[in-house]
Amino acid sequence: MLLKIKDLSFFKGKKEILKDINLSVDQNTIHTIIGVNGTGKTTLASIIMGLEGYEVKKGSLIFNNEDITQLSITERAKRGITLGWQIPANFEGISIHDYLNINKNKLSPEKCLEFVGLRPQSYLNRLVNQELSGGERKKVELASILAMNPKLAVLDEPDSGIDINSLKYIKRSLTELKKRGATILIISHNEFIADFSDKISLLCGGRIVKEGKNRVVLDYFKNHCVSCDHIGIIKEEEL
Amino acid sequence: MNNYDNELQQLIDMYKEGNVKNVFGDRFANIVINGDKVIGINEIQGINIVARKIEDGVSIKINIEDNVTINNPVHLCFGMTPREGKQIIESQFVIGRNADVQFLSHCIFPNAEHIEHIMKSKVHLHQGARMQYREEHYHSESGGIFVKPELKAFLNENSSLIEEFKLLKGRAGNVDIKYSTTQNKKSNCQLLAKISGKKDDKIKINERINLNGEYASGISKSRIVLVDNAEGIINSKVIARKAYTRGHVDCEEIVGGNDVVASSIPQIKVMNPLAKVTHEASIGRIDKKKLETLMARGLEEEKAIDMIISGLMK
Repeated sequence: MLLKIKDLSFFKGKKEILKDINLSVDQNTIHTIIGVNGTGKTTLASIIMGLEGYEVKKGSLIFNNEDITQLSITERAKRGITLGWQIPANFEGISIHDYLNINKNKLSPEKCLEFVGLRPQSYLNRLVNQELSGGERKKVELASILAMNPKLAVLDEPDSGIDINSLKYIKRSLTELKKRGATILIISHNEFIADFSDKISLLCGGRIVKEGKNRVVLDYFKNHCVSCDHIGIIKEEEL
Repeated sequence: MNNYDNELQQLIDMYKEGNVKNVFGDRFANIVINGDKVIGINEIQGINIVARKIEDGVSIKINIEDNVTINNPVHLCFGMTPREGKQIIESQFVIGRNADVQFLSHCIFPNAEHIEHIMKSKVHLHQGARMQYREEHYHSESGGIFVKPELKAFLNENSSLIEEFKLLKGRAGNVDIKYSTTQNKKSNCQLLAKISGKKDDKIKINERINLNGEYASGISKSRIVLVDNAEGIINSKVIARKAYTRGHVDCEEIVGGNDVVASSIPQIKVMNPLAKVTHEASIGRIDKKKLETLMARGLEEEKAIDMIISGLMK
C-alpha cells in the first residue's frame, strides 16, 4: 500500500466536507474516486497535496509508511506526490519547455509532450499562458506530471476539457505513468477513465460509500447516485 | 528579436571600464554614446543618423526612408562610466511610409551612484510605418540612479508602434516613465513596461494612449514587482475619441514585503458610443495557485516565487 488515509474528517467553516474517510491506495495501481459534484472529491485531492486551507485537523495521511499529515507541499512533492489541477494555473513568460523541465528528470519535455499528443516542435517554445486552449493546457499539465516521474500522481479530472479523440492520449499517458511505477489516484466522472482503473471508490456526501472493481462500482454509481439525496441534489422526478 | 546577451555582457564590461565601442558589427546600424560623447555611428542603407552634443548629453535624429525594411535591429547604446553625473538624450525618430524597423536600446550604468538619465523621445510614424523599440536597462546595485524616459509618439494611419521598457539587472533606483501616443486612423500601439523594485526604489509609470482616429487601437501593459520598502505607482489611461477604437489598460503589481507601497490607477475614457475600452488591475501577493503548482512539482517556495517573477518580467 502506498497511501493510507485514516479517519480523515475535514471542515470548511462549520460544514463537514469529508467525514471519517478511510482510503487505501495500493502501489502501482490506477485508483479512481467518483461521485457527483459537491461530494468533496477535489477537497480530498487538495488535502493529499497539502494545499493552503486544506490542513488536516482530524485524521492522518500515511505515505510510504511515513506520516505526511503535517508536511508542506514541497516536502510531499519531494517524496514523490504531485497534483494535476482540474483547472491548471497559467504562467506569464514561462515556456512549456521550462515548465516541463523543472525537475530535469529522465523523461524529456519532448517525450512528455508526445505522450499527451502534442507536437514538441509546435509547443515547446509556446508559453504556459491563456493563449493555450483549455484542452491544450490540460495536456501540458499531464505532460508536467509525466516529467516529474512521481510515485503518486493525484489527477483532478484529467479528462475535463479534452476532446473525445484525445482521450486516447490521456489513457496512454496514464498507462506510461503506471509502467514507470507510479500510482495514480484519479478524480473523474468519465466512464472511459474509470473503466480502466484497477479500483474505484465512490464518494458520496463526504463519505466513501462503496469500493471495489471498476464495473461494479461504476454501475452502482450510475444506477443509484443520479438521484442521490445525500447532498441535496434535486431528483429527476422532482424536476 | 534575439536577446543579444553576449553583446550586452560585452557592453556592460566596456562601460564599467570606460572603453566603449560598437560590438554589433557593420551589418547593424547603431549609435554608441558614453555620457555626452558620441563614440560611434554606423549607418546602413535606408537609415540616416545624425547626432550633436548638447549640454549634459546628445541630441539624435534618426530617419528611416519610405518603404525600407531594416532587417537587423538598430542598436542604440546609451550609458555612463562615471559614478556621478547626468546624461540627457534627446531623440527624434521619423519612420517613413511603410518602413519597418526595430530598435534595441541598451541603457547601461554599471557604476552608478548618483546618476541622472533623462530620455526625451519624439516618434513620428508615417502612414503604414512599423516600429518596435525595446529598451533594456542595466543598473548598478546602488540604487543611486534616476531614470526619466519620456516619449511622445504620433502614429499616422495604419502605422504601428511597440514600445517595451525592461529593467534587466540591478536596482531600479528612481524610475519615472512618461509615455503618450496620439493615434490616427487604424494605427496600433502597445506600451509594455516590466520593472522590479527593491529596498527604497521608486517606480512610476504614467502612460496616455489617445485613440483619435477610427479603428485605432492601443494597449498599455505594466508589470511591477516590489519587495522590501519599494514603491510603485501605475497611472495609465486610454482615451477613445472615435468610433471603433479599441483600448485596454492592464496593470499588475506583485508585492512581497510588509513595507511596500503599491498603487495602480487604470483610467479609461470613451467619447464615442462605438468605441470599446477595457481595463484590469491587480495588486497582491503571488497567485497562490501558481505557487502551489510549482511547489507540487518539487520547487521550494522561494524558487517557485523566483520562477514566477522572472517569467512575469520576461
